[in-house]
Amino acid sequence: MQAAPTFKPAEAIWRVRLQLFWRGLKSSWAMFAESKIGLTGLGIIIFFAIFGALWPAYPWLMERLAWTPEELEAARNVPYGAISSIYQVYDPVTGYDPLIPGIENPTPPSRRHPLGTNQFGRDILAQLMASTSSEFMLGVLAALITVFIGTFIGAITAYYGGFVDTFFMRVADVFILFPLVSFLIVLGSMIELTLIKLAFVLGILYGFGQITVILKSQALAVKVKPYIEAAKVAGGSHFHVIFRHIIPNLLPLSFLYMMFNVTGAIFSEAALSFFGLLPGIKVSWGIMIDSAHSGGYILGGRSFQNWWLWMPPGIAITLLCSAFYLVGRGLDEVVNPRLRKR
Amino acid sequence: MALQTQTKTETLVRVENLRMLYPVSTGIFARARSFIHAVDDVSFDIKRGEIFGLIGESGCGKTTTGKLLVRLITPTSGHIYLRVTQDPSTDSQGEQFVDIATLEGRALKEFRRNVQMIFQDPYESLNPRMTIFDIVSEPLSIHGIGSVYEREERVAELLSLVGLTPPESFLFRYPHELSGGQRQRVAIARAMILNPSFIVADEPTSMLDVSIRTGVMNLMLDLREEFGISYLYITHDLAVARYMCDRIAVMYLGKIVELGPTEEVIQNPLHPYTRALISAVPIPDPTVERQPIEIKGGVSKPIDPPPRCRFYERCPIATERCAQSDHPPLEDKGHGHFAACYEI
Amino acid sequence: MAYPVLQVENLTMHYTTRKGAVKAVEDVSFSLEKGEALGLVGESGCGKTSVALTLLRLLPENAQFLGGHVYFFRDGSDEAHARRAVGKPVKVLLDGQEHQGRLVGVDRSQLVLDARLNGRTQQIKLARDGIARIGVDLTALSDEEMRPIRWKGISMIFQAAMNSLNPVYKVGDQIIEAIQTHMPMPIPEARERVAQLFQLVGLDRQLMDRYPHEYSGGMKQRAVIAMALACDPDIIIADEPTTALDVIVQDKILREMRQIQKKLNMSMIYISHDIAVIAEVADKVGVMYAGGLVEFGPAEAIFKNPIHPYTKALMSAFPSIKGEKVKLAALPGEPPDLIKPPSGCRFHPRCPYATEICEREVPKFIEHKPKQHAACWNPLT
Repeated sequence: MQAAPTFKPAEAIWRVRLQLFWRGLKSSWAMFAESKIGLTGLGIIIFFAIFGALWPAYPWLMERLAWTPEELEAARNVPYGAISSIYQVYDPVTGYDPLIPGIENPTPPSRRHPLGTNQFGRDILAQLMASTSSEFMLGVLAALITVFIGTFIGAITAYYGGFVDTFFMRVADVFILFPLVSFLIVLGSMIELTLIKLAFVLGILYGFGQITVILKSQALAVKVKPYIEAAKVAGGSHFHVIFRHIIPNLLPLSFLYMMFNVTGAIFSEAALSFFGLLPGIKVSWGIMIDSAHSGGYILGGRSFQNWWLWMPPGIAITLLCSAFYLVGRGLDEVVNPRLRKR
Repeated sequence: MALQTQTKTETLVRVENLRMLYPVSTGIFARARSFIHAVDDVSFDIKRGEIFGLIGESGCGKTTTGKLLVRLITPTSGHIYLRVTQDPSTDSQGEQFVDIATLEGRALKEFRRNVQMIFQDPYESLNPRMTIFDIVSEPLSIHGIGSVYEREERVAELLSLVGLTPPESFLFRYPHELSGGQRQRVAIARAMILNPSFIVADEPTSMLDVSIRTGVMNLMLDLREEFGISYLYITHDLAVARYMCDRIAVMYLGKIVELGPTEEVIQNPLHPYTRALISAVPIPDPTVERQPIEIKGGVSKPIDPPPRCRFYERCPIATERCAQSDHPPLEDKGHGHFAACYEI
Repeated sequence: MAYPVLQVENLTMHYTTRKGAVKAVEDVSFSLEKGEALGLVGESGCGKTSVALTLLRLLPENAQFLGGHVYFFRDGSDEAHARRAVGKPVKVLLDGQEHQGRLVGVDRSQLVLDARLNGRTQQIKLARDGIARIGVDLTALSDEEMRPIRWKGISMIFQAAMNSLNPVYKVGDQIIEAIQTHMPMPIPEARERVAQLFQLVGLDRQLMDRYPHEYSGGMKQRAVIAMALACDPDIIIADEPTTALDVIVQDKILREMRQIQKKLNMSMIYISHDIAVIAEVADKVGVMYAGGLVEFGPAEAIFKNPIHPYTKALMSAFPSIKGEKVKLAALPGEPPDLIKPPSGCRFHPRCPYATEICEREVPKFIEHKPKQHAACWNPLT
């Protein structure tokens, strides 16, 4: 077949690129879908996403499903602490059930409180659901920042080498050996750590550490490829080479490490909350466990008597963290060139 | 083409006393450093439309020379003159030699439009995350030439030129969907897209299979015929060099030991190293009995070499004079056939 | 008199991959005689290495052996070999005649072959005094029975084997260890053997106590050859033995291998993509394309008058430093995907002589000229 003398593009380039992107996504998905581990993780993540998204509807649903009209009537008319709206019952921070005398809290799972209440009368399921979106946000934001820093610094140190390399590698050493908890205790006493601020702090602390070293070693392998030399011979600037060639070849690995870092960030938040170091955060899974602990419900033989206080947030943390880790493992098979067909 | 007869005599690239030394640290705190003399006092000319072969074993400095000529690395000393057109509207009158050995910044980027490189490994020289269109049009986008549609048209034109037809079916594929030969054709298209006058080809066919290799070699010969491009063709394979090159230079430990028209050097080698090299090449004919070669030992690394002839230790005809004198100069032995040896 | 040491018949092997079966070796037959060097030549991915791995039974997990026989011959006086052959399909060469059947037993005085000749089953008593040669079908052996054959019978120099020398052990010790595993002997004796081997391959015996990083590429390759020779094999298979080496070193090593082969009257199989190398060393040449042997015969005949168009194309695509400088003819197209190879003759889409039958039917591998076999419908004359 002879090529036509003047070339007529079949389609606009942006449309072709969109199709290519879609095709790449599909083939990556096909590879990912072969990994049972990855799919399990993704399933759990989707479950939590729905779970968290349902939070605003929870009090409304409970009002219609769990409460009898008599109970509602009674709750509006108790002598002390009568409520005007159902939302007052299920508020994760200030909620209480007017029909349960304060002295009876914590109460085990019941019709109006499927996972019971804690010692202050807050609905456990409400706290669990309300925290989900912030756990997600914290984990993903921190991981994004981590990976963004790691990819960028990794690419730059690998490309320039010399002083830049030495400098950032020493910085990485410092951050890897950093006493994270003590630092956050000090930081927490100086500024009020909100969720966003915590995400940034964790993101930066992790970003300059291990991930930079890992991505740098990958970037070093990319740097010596002849296509980098070809780009230089064509006149490509340092900026061009880094952003057009090195970083795109790091991204799959960055994405993979992002998954693992979500796990790290959520764990860190839980641990810090447990030690009560995050006064700026009003409700989270870590704080739920912490309040069970500080109420003395985890100590001694009472742990399993009051299981609903700590087991649901504990399971949620474990599940969500493992879910991101499992997705990471699944992605490993997509990203890892050794497992890929030529 | 008319180009042929008129331009074969015109010098396009002139390399003078090119030298590239790499420091080797002998210890952690060692101040007094040694140097690998990767390219040591190398001079040659390449004519317009000529294919100039650089032959040698691994470690002889041929790839380093190639990288110096495209300025992937900056020489320790020496000059590389390239004839460039100052003003596109005038013809050869407006051309002049520019020393590209020391260019920096904008001037270096401008120079890069004239000189391109083709690499050995077609599996590693194309970015796996870019489409063929992105790869071939990269030089255009770096130099900001043309709109996206003009680039697409130009890329399609080049793909059909290098034999990847129909071009539409290759434009938006990824390198891993192509065979080795097709990839090397893509690499040639990328090298050609800026209309360079000079291409450094570093073992472009040594990793390709025989049945594919010939196609790629013939393509490069055709492109020379059509566009009058000059190549520096780097190879370890004398048979390939004989097929491709007009003139060849044989390198040994950073030095050119023999230089001349290809047939002349291969049929009538003067330097003892060239003779050994040629007699070691296997012949694809079982009835031919070759003479065994007479040189001793193996190639060493040129770390702080003594001033005498680099080939002295292995040379079968070395004399007292060779041991006492400096490395012999490259001398004309007639018919443009140069050799660096006292004993010829 | 020349007699075979290896007969390969209808060898077929596929690799299972997620995209489908890669038909890597398809119906390959050839034979190797005592003291003969065979060159298997072909492009990358044509299955030449897979043939070697299949006959040595060193296949990766995803390989599927689909049929064929590999008869490995030794003298009838080799009792271990004869015992190994009991109950296995064998070929026996007796007084210039070839018998095929099963060995029923071995005793001190005679071997009894339960043979099927001209469709009749009969028993042949074989004298033990060495005239009979017993060829056992390696494909019928267990892994345990195969192990002694791999070093003492057929040894292999793998591609890039010189890079597989262990950097933390002295080269001599590595070879001594290889000897010890396969034929136990006292250490001083083994050392002496290695010293002899070093001398044979042109290495100074002092080098035995050096580490691999002190060796040059050519020296490492020599050491690897010494290792392959260590247990006195009948056959050595050398897979691209000089590919990573420079021409001068390559030339020296090829010459030495040829000398050793002649001196020890050994049989060799060279595997290479480089027809010039094969022309230098081989007495017989097998040309492979897309998993199949397309031509097989004496080297001179194949280089002078190839029968198969692929062989001819391969020859004319190769530049030479001798003779007239001619424009090389490029072969159109690319080698096929072995998951979906072309129908009929696998070469037909690229073949300038292809006719309609080539597309339909697989050509038989037959003798077109004396001793020169090819699989082609339109053989060149």
